[in-house]
Amino acid sequence: MAPITTLHYLVVAAALFVIGTVGVLTRRNVVIILMSIELILNAVNLNLVAFSRLYNLQGQVFSIFVITDAAAEAAVGLGILIAFFRNKETVNVDEVDLLKW
Amino acid sequence: MTPIAPTFFFYFLSAIAVISAILVITRKNPVHSALSLIVTLLSLAGLYLMLYAPFVTGVQIIVYAGGIMVLFLFVIMLVNIERAMKEEEFNKQWIAGTVASLILGSLFLAVYIRGRAIFPAQFMQAPEQMNTQQVGMLIFQNYLLPFEIASLLLLVAIVGAVVMAKKRIS
Repeated sequence: MAPITTLHYLVVAAALFVIGTVGVLTRRNVVIILMSIELILNAVNLNLVAFSRLYNLQGQVFSIFVITDAAAEAAVGLGILIAFFRNKETVNVDEVDLLKW
Repeated sequence: MTPIAPTFFFYFLSAIAVISAILVITRKNPVHSALSLIVTLLSLAGLYLMLYAPFVTGVQIIVYAGGIMVLFLFVIMLVNIERAMKEEEFNKQWIAGTVASLILGSLFLAVYIRGRAIFPAQFMQAPEQMNTQQVGMLIFQNYLLPFEIASLLLLVAIVGAVVMAKKRIS
């Protein structure tokens, strides 16, 4: 088999990114939308680590910062979700229409 | 540079990652989605290991699979999923969303295939046993200020999550 190059990793990351965007755009459950955002961030991390294999270690440092941001985003997003569920008894995004008119 | 594992492992881990990612966005039960996401995260950790990034692998397993996914499962436990599971799982514009995402993916592929000549063919020669030390040196010397800002971000996230999730005191 052909040796694995950086392009292979980039294609896997692009596939994960596209799956994540499909999840964000098509699902109605907020929990699964947040999980799809995690998938997108992981695709970005795979790109960063693959490029750090080519150049230097700073991509790995940056991917650690991305993981930190993902943790903060998940905590705040799930807090918002709990507050919303307490008010409206639903987790569907298309029922979040308080700012629509 | 000899590869750390055969090419078989790359295709194996990538297939597991992509298939369980598809399961994440297609399962009706959010608990099944969360378990599939854990499988995706672990196989991505294996891919990081193949890229000589053991520290990122450890952080991925501990923080993502150990921390963030437990948070997700707790929130799934707190919200009522019985009603959501009886309803339609995709929204009305799912065809348009899928087509737009696939166009984005084919754009990525076109750019990668046309521009692959600019990537260096050779991997960097790195002393692999020093990875964690080198990452630590970079974080605490070159990236000290972003590191401290990240700690401030985490503090703000903790306070924000507590403020939004607590019961309102009248």
